[in-house]
Amino acid sequence: MTKIFETALYPYARSADQDAAIPVRHPVVIIGAGPVGLTIAIDLAHKGVPVVVLDDNDRVSSGSRAICFAKRPLEILDRLGCGQPMVDKGVVWNKGKVFFGDRRIYEFNLQPEDGHQRPAFINLQQYYFELHLLERIRDLQAEGKQIDLRGENKVSAVGTHDDHVTLEVDTPEGPYNVEADWLIACDGAGSPTRRMLGLDFVGRVFEDNFLIADVVMQADFPTERWFWFDPAFNKGQSALLHKQPDGVWRIDLQLGWDIDKAEEKKPENVIPRLKAMLGEEVHFELEWVSIYTFQCRRMEQFRHGRVLFAGDSAHQVSPFGARGANSGVQDADNLAWKLALVIDGTAPVALLDSYDTERAHGADENILNSTRSTDFITPKSEASRIFRDAVLDLSEKYAFARPLVNSGRLSVPCTYDGSALNSADALDGPARSRPGSPCPDAPIGDGFLLSRLGQDFVLLTIDAEAPDKIEAEGIQVRNIALSVADDPSGQLKARYLGDCDSAVYLIRPDQHVAARFPAFDKDRIARAVRRALGMEVEP
Amino acid sequence: MSALNLDPNIDRPDDLYADLLAAHEGLTKDESDALNARLILILANHIGDRDVLKQALAAAK
Repeated sequence: MTKIFETALYPYARSADQDAAIPVRHPVVIIGAGPVGLTIAIDLAHKGVPVVVLDDNDRVSSGSRAICFAKRPLEILDRLGCGQPMVDKGVVWNKGKVFFGDRRIYEFNLQPEDGHQRPAFINLQQYYFELHLLERIRDLQAEGKQIDLRGENKVSAVGTHDDHVTLEVDTPEGPYNVEADWLIACDGAGSPTRRMLGLDFVGRVFEDNFLIADVVMQADFPTERWFWFDPAFNKGQSALLHKQPDGVWRIDLQLGWDIDKAEEKKPENVIPRLKAMLGEEVHFELEWVSIYTFQCRRMEQFRHGRVLFAGDSAHQVSPFGARGANSGVQDADNLAWKLALVIDGTAPVALLDSYDTERAHGADENILNSTRSTDFITPKSEASRIFRDAVLDLSEKYAFARPLVNSGRLSVPCTYDGSALNSADALDGPARSRPGSPCPDAPIGDGFLLSRLGQDFVLLTIDAEAPDKIEAEGIQVRNIALSVADDPSGQLKARYLGDCDSAVYLIRPDQHVAARFPAFDKDRIARAVRRALGMEVEP
Repeated sequence: MSALNLDPNIDRPDDLYADLLAAHEGLTKDESDALNARLILILANHIGDRDVLKQALAAAK
């Protein structure tokens, strides 16, 4: 049977641009139809911005790759109209076991907090994630949204100018030139765009290799994340087993630095390793295998004039913690509304600089966490290994040591503390919803809060008098008026009021809090809108 | 900020020292290193206060 990732889903088709006498100028060109490029394309299309997406192949990711998708990206996809198929297809999990040598040292439960529509995590092969994004694009196209996805369009040269970017694109029918007001490079960790522009990508390289395999088997392993430190079947290294949809299991085996990659990838070498892990009697089929090394690094700047970098092209983390694709989707979430408002003239170009500062902050947090996980999982010195093993030994008997075990700190969204788009916090409310925070979800009536917020600037007022909508800087800001009477669980109050009796939140299109006040004040809100648009504001 | 106590604070210090040596008696270098690491982690958790622990790390350097 042909796998979904072996199917041409957006085969090359000749574009009118290839026959144009003068290169056609588009508002936005995105390079790369991976999770990040497709998410930005959908988000911009929602906002009425026509996009062209160029990809050097015509199919979804081979193999499971990103595999683990966290709550915040699922909420972003809900906003974009494609969260539900991901959650329906994905495997929801929250339990895990940790093994050290041949001992099971403890079990954990990441049982998420109550009162959120989405689970903490789902496991889903990256190819399904991309497939659902492509299906969403097909739906949007049918509604008349302008998303032009071009397979087998490989960008071979990029020229930057003050007010546009020129591209040379290779196709099966030869090259053509095209122009963009804005270029978004979502072309992965090895970003050819970054290389063609001669831009930096600095950080730490980890000298290690991991074998990743997708294995199809009917096995009665539970829906749990199993992590081994120094198991007998992979002495001195680590291993991970995780369940995915369709009876596909993901296995990650650390191999060490000094290996022959081509040799290790051969089925005759992979299969005995997997048999040693799974047991001789388990029947399985190898769906996909790859070997990767990784770096923790980022570009100094994610915006270079008219070129914006998002996802792995801008920052790369170790895989521990599932912070790669998850952070890339958050880049998309942060960038799309800003670019749309700059393109339609509502916001100054300076708003895009906040994309760089906010997402660089996110990247730094992800790099810090994933670097620390890597240092625990693959100790680089004798002392490091001694402490790591001591933590694991102690965690079997003593609860105190378990929080020190670090097999990946799983992706959570960052709060944009200190962002120039935030207004000073004027509410003595809960810290988790302070300006810069992603709005925490909460049950409201029959549904959930986040699904009510939409994708424009909104006011969220709780037991506060305010008009149904206001206009500021040409933006219509709708008021979502709620009351603690709609909040039988008390979670809205706990997450947005704390000890206050009322609150007025200004929420950005990416559902991050821009400002909050105890009561409605038109002038203060208008100033907060200006600030959130990256405009100068009188102090 | 709590201050790290670097004044004598151990009752019958010779006994403690003997207990430390006894705990390592007959261990290989690797076993002793592992024991020391476990002991550090247990004591660090008991102290808990990150400021005190930072001062202790600095004092030990």
